[in-house]
Amino acid sequence: MNNTLISYISAFLVGGVICSLGQILIDKTKLTPARILVLFVTVGVFLTALGLYQKVVDIGGAGATIPLTGFGYSLAKGTFSDVDKHGLLGAFTGGIRATAGGVSAAIVFGYLVAVIFKPKAKA
Amino acid sequence: MQQVMTKDEYKKYVDKKSPNSSLIRNIPKAFLVGGLICVVGQFFTNTFKGMGMEKDAVSSLTSIVMISLGILFTALNLYDDLGKFAGAGSIVPITGFANSIASPAMEYKSEGLVLGIGAKMFLIAGPVLVHGIGASIIVGIIYYLVTT
Repeated sequence: MNNTLISYISAFLVGGVICSLGQILIDKTKLTPARILVLFVTVGVFLTALGLYQKVVDIGGAGATIPLTGFGYSLAKGTFSDVDKHGLLGAFTGGIRATAGGVSAAIVFGYLVAVIFKPKAKA
Repeated sequence: MQQVMTKDEYKKYVDKKSPNSSLIRNIPKAFLVGGLICVVGQFFTNTFKGMGMEKDAVSSLTSIVMISLGILFTALNLYDDLGKFAGAGSIVPITGFANSIASPAMEYKSEGLVLGIGAKMFLIAGPVLVHGIGASIIVGIIYYLVTT
């Protein structure tokens, strides 16, 4: 099998497992989606800090970086790389720097579609 | 003769029946949709890598594209339908984060640009950013103390 196909299969499997964990939490604990998202990002940050999430990323590729735990991974990784460069200051700059692209896109495009599109009428 | 259950009996019956059977139905859906969204992400990652972009740029651009797609599908009122089917499969990926921004922004636009769209778009994303960035600062300070 070639590497591209393997990357798709591992992304599917790892991403599927992470989303299934979220589904188990929703069904078993009655946590609201907002709390699930907060939990996943925070867990992603701490697992990255412990060096564990990098292994999941190495196996799963986008299957590990696209779920919200991957957002936590980017926050933590950016923080560490900025601490390496700038010392303590990096703890305050790295997270936002590494995730700036996604957050800015979400803000700008979210704002634009809200101005342009109408929400579906609630039945 | 027709069997009649009291409300309590019925509630017990439903509780006994529902959690596992719904979980068994929900997990494959979450797995399938969540997995497929990640495959789309992998496609963009592979494509940007193939264009010779450096690693950080690839991951930033992949996030931007996936978030934009999540917002586009929300704007077309398709993401909510996906969510009804997929549950966590559409909530946990970064497209779900995008949906959590665009959806309340659209819903509260009647309350104005500032306190409607501007404020309500962070209804869920706000707590996510506060806790995520907060956690990253904590581990950053610990990392600094450990490495120096």
